[in-house]
Amino acid sequence: MAKIVSKINTRSQDFLDNAVHMQTQVDDLREKLSEIKLGGGEKYQERHVGRGKLLPRDRVNALLDDGSAFLEFSQLAAYQVYDDNVPSAGIITGIGRVAGQECVIVANDATVKGGTYYPLTVKKHLRAQAIAKENNLPCIYLVDSGGANLPNQDDVFPDKEHFGRIFFNQANMSANNIPQIAVVMGSCTAGGAYVPAMADESIIVKEQGTIFLAGPPLVKAATGEVVSAEDLGGADVHCRTSGVTDHYAQNDHHALEIARSAVNNLNRVKPVSINFQQVVEPAYPSDDIYGIIPKDTRQPYDVREIIARIVDGSDFHEFKALYGNTLVCGFANIYGYPVGIVANNGVLFGESAEKGAHFIQLCAQRKIPLVFLQNITGFMVGKQYESGGIAKHGAKMVTAVATAQVPKFTILIGGSFGAGNYGMCGRAYDPRFLFMWPNSRISVMGGEQAAGVMAQVTRDKKEKLGESWSESDEQSFKQPIIDNYEHQGHPYYASARLWDDGIIDPADTRQVLGLAISASLNKTIEETKFGIFRM
Amino acid sequence: MFSKILIANRGEIACRIIKTAKKMGILTVAVYSEADKDALHVHMADEAVYIGPSPSRESYLLGDKVIAAAKQTGAQAIHPGYGFLSENASFCRNCAAEDITFIGPPVGAIEAMGSKSAAKNIMEKANVPLVPGYHGDDQSRDIIKKAADDMGYPVLLKATAGGGGKGMRQVWNESEFDEGLAAAKREAMSSFGDDTMLVEKYLTQPRHVEIQVFCDNHDNAVYLFERDCSVQRRHQKVIEEAPAFSMSEELRTQMGESAIKSAQAIGYQGAGTVEFLLDIDGSFYFMEMNTRLQVEHPVTEMISGQDLVEWQLRVAAGEYLPKTQDQLVLNGHAFEARIYAEDANNDFLPATGKLTLLKTPIESKHVRIDTGVRQGDDVSVYYDPMIAKLIVWDENREKALQRLAKALSEYRINGVVTNIDFLYNLATSTPFKEADIDTGFIEKNHDLIFHKDEKPLVNELPIAALFLILSKENKAKQQAQQSNDPHSPWYNANAWRLNEANLHTLILAHNETEYTITIEQKRQGNDAYYSIKVNGEQFDCQGEILTAPHNDDTIVATINGHRSQTTFNHFENNISLYRTNGVFNFTHILPDCGQHNEDDNHGGLIAPMNGTMVSVLVQPGELVSKNQSLMIMEAMKMEHTIKAPSNGTINEVFFQAGDMVDGGAELLAFTAQENTSEESE
Repeated sequence: MAKIVSKINTRSQDFLDNAVHMQTQVDDLREKLSEIKLGGGEKYQERHVGRGKLLPRDRVNALLDDGSAFLEFSQLAAYQVYDDNVPSAGIITGIGRVAGQECVIVANDATVKGGTYYPLTVKKHLRAQAIAKENNLPCIYLVDSGGANLPNQDDVFPDKEHFGRIFFNQANMSANNIPQIAVVMGSCTAGGAYVPAMADESIIVKEQGTIFLAGPPLVKAATGEVVSAEDLGGADVHCRTSGVTDHYAQNDHHALEIARSAVNNLNRVKPVSINFQQVVEPAYPSDDIYGIIPKDTRQPYDVREIIARIVDGSDFHEFKALYGNTLVCGFANIYGYPVGIVANNGVLFGESAEKGAHFIQLCAQRKIPLVFLQNITGFMVGKQYESGGIAKHGAKMVTAVATAQVPKFTILIGGSFGAGNYGMCGRAYDPRFLFMWPNSRISVMGGEQAAGVMAQVTRDKKEKLGESWSESDEQSFKQPIIDNYEHQGHPYYASARLWDDGIIDPADTRQVLGLAISASLNKTIEETKFGIFRM
Repeated sequence: MFSKILIANRGEIACRIIKTAKKMGILTVAVYSEADKDALHVHMADEAVYIGPSPSRESYLLGDKVIAAAKQTGAQAIHPGYGFLSENASFCRNCAAEDITFIGPPVGAIEAMGSKSAAKNIMEKANVPLVPGYHGDDQSRDIIKKAADDMGYPVLLKATAGGGGKGMRQVWNESEFDEGLAAAKREAMSSFGDDTMLVEKYLTQPRHVEIQVFCDNHDNAVYLFERDCSVQRRHQKVIEEAPAFSMSEELRTQMGESAIKSAQAIGYQGAGTVEFLLDIDGSFYFMEMNTRLQVEHPVTEMISGQDLVEWQLRVAAGEYLPKTQDQLVLNGHAFEARIYAEDANNDFLPATGKLTLLKTPIESKHVRIDTGVRQGDDVSVYYDPMIAKLIVWDENREKALQRLAKALSEYRINGVVTNIDFLYNLATSTPFKEADIDTGFIEKNHDLIFHKDEKPLVNELPIAALFLILSKENKAKQQAQQSNDPHSPWYNANAWRLNEANLHTLILAHNETEYTITIEQKRQGNDAYYSIKVNGEQFDCQGEILTAPHNDDTIVATINGHRSQTTFNHFENNISLYRTNGVFNFTHILPDCGQHNEDDNHGGLIAPMNGTMVSVLVQPGELVSKNQSLMIMEAMKMEHTIKAPSNGTINEVFFQAGDMVDGGAELLAFTAQENTSEESE
C-alpha cells in the first residue's frame, strides 16, 4: 500500500490558529461533560454512596475487565432538552469488555431523578439494545431505577419505540442467543421489574435491590397492606421464595463479580473471519487533526490528511484516485482490521457518486467494513448536473449504502447537509455507530442557504405585490433563520436527541473506530443483496 | 577409601554429603522416614532404606535402625551429618561394635565435649582461655548466685546439657537472678531432662567467632580459618560469614592455634568447630566445641577451596589431611544465609506447607545453594523447617554482600512463608554493610531490619503501582494472544474512556497503611507514559517488566526521569520490591465482595502452626476470660500459648496433651460471651 505523504506544515500560522480553534471546541465539550458525569450532582451522589451503593460509573468500572476501555454512548443525551436537568438522560450506556467478551452495558443513574425514564432515557436504552442486537453483543443491565417518569408518561409509555420495547427487545435478543443479564442494585419498580424478570440470568444485591410491580405506597393505597420494600421485593424474597432472581449478592462489588462470572459462562466465541494485519500506528500524530480542520468551514482541505492520521501506518490503497475526485475511496487498516474508507473531498458530482457506489460494492463483496468520513454540503446542483443525471447517480450511491450488509461506521467530520447525508451513510442508513466531531454541523441544508432560499421566496412574493424590501430588512429576516440552523445543527443539539452515538474528540477517532469495528465483528458479516441500480 | 557409605541424615546435609561421595566414586545409602519417602536425598542416593515413622525419635534418632540399614546394604561407614545422631556417643560406640566406621571424632571426644562444664574444665587445663564463670557440680542456688555476684552482672545462665538457646537466660542484675534461674532450669528440664546450670560472665558486645579445625589419625591438625556467626536470633545463627571481618592475621593465628590446642586436648579426629566469644578488645574465650560438621561449613569451603566432606571421608578412611597449614590459603569472602520456613513478622513462628513455587538463583562460582527440597515438596512439621542454605562468594566482603542481596532477591518461594525478606533487609541494612555487628545485632537493629521506622516510600509506591499497571497490560496482551481477535483494541489495558482521562485507581497497602493511587495513561503507542498520583505527589512513569528465564524478574522504571531496575516478586496480591535499602512489601487491596463477614465468627480457635500439644489448661464448659491461657503448643522447641480472644465459654476441646496438631486445625470450640455479630443477624 502507498503511504500518504502529508503536505501539512505544522508550523504554519493557519495550522496553529486552526488547532487553537479546535482545542477550544474540545475543551468546551470536556467541560460540559465533566459536569454531566457528576450525574445528579454531589449531594445526590453522597446520599447514594452513603447507602453503601457504588456510583453508576464505578459500577461500570468494577464490572469491566481490569483496564478495559469503555466506549460510552450519547453522553450528551437530553442535554438542554427538558426543563429538568437530566444529565446523560439518567442512564449510562456503552460497550466494555467483561470476562474477555465485549458487552453492551446499560446502567441506570439513580442520582438523576431516581433513575426514572424520560423519553430520551427510553430512546438511549433502546439505542443501546439496538447496538447489542446489530452487533450480537450480550447485554448487562445494572438496574437502579424508579421506572417511567410519570409526568412524561405520554412520551414514555404508549408508542412502539417506548418503554415496552425494552422488554420486547430483551425477549427477542434472548431468542437469538444474545444473552440478557440483569443486576438489580436498587429499585426495579413496576415496568422496571420486567428487566430482571425477562433476563436470562439475574442477580440482586441484598438490602439494596428490590423488585416489585407495585411499591409499598401503592400496595397500601390499593389493599391497605403495610409492608416494607425489603419484605415486599428484597433479595431474600426473590432468591429464596419467588425465584425472580437467580443470584444473591452481598454488595455491589459482589453482584458485579457474579455478573462477570455469568458472562464467563456464556460459551461464546467471537466469529472473526477477517484477514487482519499487524497493527501499526499512523505515521502522523492524531492531534495534528486539530490544525488541519480549517477554522473557516468553507475553506477546503485534503481529507487524505485526516485519513493519514487514522489508518495503520498511514497506508492507503486508493481506488480511482483520478476519477470523481471529490470523493476519496480506498482500502486501509485500522488496528489491523481491513476497512474501506469513503471520504468527502468536496461536493458530490455524478462521477463521485458512481465511484462511491462501485467502491461500496467492492467492500460488500469482500466483506470489508466501511468507514464514512462525512463532510458534505450535498450533491452538485444546476442544469448541467440535473441533465447529466446527478439524481440517478446519487441514487446509486444511496442504494449501495442502504443495502450493503457490511458493518458501516460514520463519522461526521464536518458538514452533513441534504442528500449528502444519505449517500454518506447518515443515521437513517443504519451505520453500526455514528459519531460526530465538535466542529461538525447537521441539517437539511446550511443555515446561509436556508435563509437565502427563504429570503428569495419572500422577496419574490414582495416584488409581486410591488413592495420593497431593504437589504437590512432582509438581513434581519435571515439572521434568526441562520441562528436557528446553527443552533439545531450543532452537535450538542444533535447528540442531545440521539441523532448520533456521541461526540468524540477528533484525536480519538482512530481509537473509537478500532473499538467499534472490533465490537461489530461479534456479528458474522452477511451476504449483501443490492437493490436495483438505476443505470 | 570406602566403597559405600550410609548417610544417617536427611534434607540438605544428606544431599550435600551424597554429592561429594558421588564425586569420589563412593556409593551412597540414604535412610528415610515415612514423611521423607519421596524426599530429594532418597532420590539422590544409590540406595535408600526405610527406618520408621515420620517423627525423628521414631526414625532418624534410632541408632539401631540406622546401623541395621548399614549392615543390610553393606555400607562400611556412616556419616551422621549434623543434629540427630551426630554427637551421640553411644551411637558412635555401637558403630564401632558393628565394625562400621563412624565418620566423625572418637567417642571420647564426643563425650568430653558433650557436657559444657566438663568441656570447660578440660580447656582450662589445656590453657585455652575461658569466659569467667562457674561450672561446678554444686548446683545449690546460693553457690551459683555467689559466683554470679562475684563476676558481676550481667551474667548468662546456661544448661550444661543445652544447645540452641534452650535453657539459657541473661540476668542483667541481682534482682532478676532468682526468676532467671528458675526459668532456665525449667526449660532445661523440659528440653534435656537435666537442669544442671552453669553461670558465666555475659559479654555485652561479643562476637561469635568459630574456628574450623581438622585432625587426622596421624597427629596432624590444621585450622581452616574462622567464621563469624554473630548474627543470631535467640542464639540461632542467621547469616554466617568467613572470614570474620576486621580480623588481624595475628589474631587469626592466635585463635587458630588455640583451637588446635583445644582439639588436641581431647584427642580429636575429623572435622570440628571451636566456638569462641571475641570481645571488642580482641580477647577471646572458649565457648564450646562442636564435634561434627557445622551447618555453616560451606562458607569455609568457599574461602579455602576445600571440600570438607571429602576431608572427613579421607580422614575417616585413615588417610592423611589433604593439606598442611602452610598450604591452606584464605581467598575472598563468603556469606551463608539460612532460608527458613518461618514468619519473621510473627515472632519467627515456624511455618509449614507445600512449596508451590521454588525457584533459586542461578548457581555459579559465586552462588551456591545447599538444599534438600524441590518445588512441590512439603515443609513438614516433623523436622527443622530449613529450606536451604544460600552461600555466596566474592573477592571481598562488600562484593560478596552485594551478591548475597541479589541472590536473596532472586530466591522465589511461594506456598510457605519464609524469612527471605527478613534476610534481605538484614543483608542490606547499613550496620550490616558496615560490619557493626555483635551477637545482639538483631535486637539492636530490630526496627531497622523490620522497617518499623517510617520509611519514605517516595519511589517505591510509584514503582509498585507502575508494576501493577504493567502487569495488567501484560495480562491483557496474553489474553489477546490467546483470543481469535488478537489485535483488538479491547485488549489494550489502558482503561480508555471517551472524553475523559484514562484513569486507573488502585489501593496499595504497606505496613498496614493504605494508599489510594490514581494512574492516568497519557499518550499512546511508544510515547505512552503514566502519570501516577499518590500522597498528593505526581510522578511521570514509564517502565517495562522483564521476566527472565530465571529469577531476576525485574521492573525497569523511569520515575520522573530517574531510571532504575528493581527485582520483584509477585504472588497473588502481594508485591515485593527488592530495593538497595531493603525489601518493600505491598498488598494490592481488592474490592470487598462482602463475603468475609459471612464465615467469620464461628468462634473456633485455630492452631497457628503445626506442632505438639503440650498441655490443655481448660475443660469443656469452662468459663474463661479474655487473654486467659487455654492451651500450650510446642513447635520447633518453642512454646506458644493459645489465649482466649474474649470472655466466653469453652464448648469442646479437640486435642489432648501429646497430640500432634496440624497448623490451621480447630483446637477448641469457643463461644464468645458478648457476641455482637449475633445481634446483627
